[in-house]
Amino acid sequence: MSTGQDGRTHSAGWVAEALREHEEQVSGGQVSGGQVSGGQVSGGQVSGGQAAGHVRRGSPQPLPGTVREELVLERIDRARRARPRVKEERITMSHGAGGKATQTLIEAIFLDAFRNPLLEPLEDSAQLLLGGSRIALTTDSYVVKPLFFPGGDIGDLAVNGTVNDLSMAGAQPLYLSSGFILEEGFPVADLSRIVASMRAAAQAAGVQIVTGDTKVVEKGKADGCYINTAGVGLIEHDLNLGVAQARPGDAIIVSGPIGDHGITIMLARGELDIEADVTSDTAPLCGMVASLLSGPTGVRALRDATRGGVATILNEIATAAGVGVLVSEDDIPVRAEVRGASELLGIDPMYVACEGRLVAVVDGAKADVALAALRAHPRGEQAAIIGQVTATPPGIVQLKTAFGGTRIVDLLVGDPLPRIC
Amino acid sequence: MRFVDEFRDAGKAHALAAKIADLCEPGRQYKLMEVCGGHTHTIYKHGLEDYLPEQITLVHGPGCPVCVIPMGRVDDAMALAAEPDVIMTSFGDMMRVPGSNGSFFDAKARGTDIRMVYSPLDSLKIARQNPDKRVVFMAIGFETTAPSTAMTVLRAAKEGLANFSVFCNHVTIIPAIKAILDSPDLRLDGFIGPGHVSTVIGCRPYEFIARDYGKPVVVAGFEPLDILQSIYMLMLQLSGGQSAVQNQYSRVVPWDGNVVALKAIGQTMELRPYFEWRGLGFISHSALKVREQYASFDAELLFKVPGVRVADPKACQCGEVLKGVLKPWECKVFGTACTPETPIGTCMVSPEGACAAYYNYGRLTRTRVSEASRS
Repeated sequence: MSTGQDGRTHSAGWVAEALREHEEQVSGGQVSGGQVSGGQVSGGQVSGGQAAGHVRRGSPQPLPGTVREELVLERIDRARRARPRVKEERITMSHGAGGKATQTLIEAIFLDAFRNPLLEPLEDSAQLLLGGSRIALTTDSYVVKPLFFPGGDIGDLAVNGTVNDLSMAGAQPLYLSSGFILEEGFPVADLSRIVASMRAAAQAAGVQIVTGDTKVVEKGKADGCYINTAGVGLIEHDLNLGVAQARPGDAIIVSGPIGDHGITIMLARGELDIEADVTSDTAPLCGMVASLLSGPTGVRALRDATRGGVATILNEIATAAGVGVLVSEDDIPVRAEVRGASELLGIDPMYVACEGRLVAVVDGAKADVALAALRAHPRGEQAAIIGQVTATPPGIVQLKTAFGGTRIVDLLVGDPLPRIC
Repeated sequence: MRFVDEFRDAGKAHALAAKIADLCEPGRQYKLMEVCGGHTHTIYKHGLEDYLPEQITLVHGPGCPVCVIPMGRVDDAMALAAEPDVIMTSFGDMMRVPGSNGSFFDAKARGTDIRMVYSPLDSLKIARQNPDKRVVFMAIGFETTAPSTAMTVLRAAKEGLANFSVFCNHVTIIPAIKAILDSPDLRLDGFIGPGHVSTVIGCRPYEFIARDYGKPVVVAGFEPLDILQSIYMLMLQLSGGQSAVQNQYSRVVPWDGNVVALKAIGQTMELRPYFEWRGLGFISHSALKVREQYASFDAELLFKVPGVRVADPKACQCGEVLKGVLKPWECKVFGTACTPETPIGTCMVSPEGACAAYYNYGRLTRTRVSEASRS
């Protein structure tokens, strides 16, 4: 019965395909690397052109380690820049986890089909010009499990999440829509509770829910209650906010301790038998953003660190602006409870979702003013400068560990934590 | 945070690093293998290599449980999961390991009932809750996880649970280390011994490494200072021309191991004559199967397991990486065809795998890193 006794050997089709692509990339890369683009792209000390030249001459001497490593890094960069393609035949949970698979799905399927200049920046909100007014428009769906958790429920999450996406464009959130998908058998009392939280959250954020939709699906076809909200807001400043605006020397600020929401949800599922005194940080950020933008704070970009956590935002900054990002583990605020649970579960809080925290990229010279503005707001008291934007290496986020070493912080691949928002 | 920060003190690390550098003989290169994937993960996660002099190279060993599972075994598990009324349960790490027709995640997306569990006891819970289903636990890991599988089998037997079984892929660390030591294309100076495995098997099983092969072994803990101290202890031995087994992780690892755990393993499992390891090939007496006495919990007997063999893709050099002959980035497909999103080799799957750790955390040369820190 044991493996291998019948001596059958199978070859894996998808592996063959991946290898074929690899061959194309490598051979294509070598040609360009030897001529122009390799050196151009790497921009590093060891020029790709020179290194590729070594390879082509088929030098019998092994290349020095650093040169070979540079070659490999460049090869990886090429692969990372290749046109995204969804290789899976079916959607897996990874496609919803906010990491690499989500990004590939968005770029290869959605952006490819809908491509237009308003969508292309892939910011939290689209910015439109309507009758002379600048409008921010966004939408988000909420499928969190469990529906009720310490610090909030799917209702206030659905309002705050959309309010925050508008706020990140620097917009004053005004109106929301709400669409409900309800499972047959869902308790009306629970629905009333959810809707009451939505009303309270809308009031707190100063928005109105002005239109909606309801669908009911058969038992087993949904998990209780899903909510979609869309929102519009008015942009009254003339700043051009966006992660692509980041430039070397800028400071990176988070508005408070990270990872509270994600850890709360994991523990609330009760599957882990861990108890900790931690609650979701779900909250509207519009007030804090308004006070941040009202002064000379040099803000270049704002993002709320939801799915994929702060690490994902930092990678978006590095990629969109073609810059490096260097953050210091010692400076990143994490509650002891969140850190403890993360240690136990082998999770990095940098990847854990927040629902009421923003990451700001600000002009390095004005970082202290921006920090003071955030700290003046009750929800930003624990704001901290966590790092800076660097010129090199482009597209890469690095972390100075508390231990004193350095490592890369890449996008998350796959996510063991389903449905956190 | 107590019990964590003490083991990550940068000041102490600097002091240790200086002592380690002092012990390096001029002109000599040192290759030390950390056997365990948990160590690999710590080394990269904390950027520990930044503390080491250029003369010391860390070689990442075979001790990552999912990295050594051959593709055919994944296919077998998927065939088993596709049997009627089966619920397959597995650790999260295993979910992304590629077989020849995708991973557990892909199978799950196709409708196969595969669930992630944190402990084999969770599988038992699922079995109790689903009496009309047949629940299989995909057991993987070294002696670290084998005791929990053993305890679960014992519990299931005690409860008389008829719908629970184990697809046993447990492997043992010593034959793998021996295979590496016997491999002709290798030059290692010493071993950072696996900490968690040693909590179960103790330190004695490594004595042959020091005695017969003349290589020092230091069993190490998983915090960065643990590893740095172990490297220091290895360097002390090497500079004094010694080779002995030492226990750095004495706060957790008893010299004689955990007798209760070993007994539970012995009671429920026995050695297979041979087992295939990813990249290393067949190694005799290197894996465990369920004992005949507990045959009713052995999925290999209860179900038709195809026993598929899948040749490792030729371009994949997991074997060389596992043996420490190649650095991850020296593999031909590293970072292009084989990435954490689409891993071809198992070393790229688990965060403990040498390739994944290197890709995610460490793919910059030390020069580049320091340049960025200065800029």
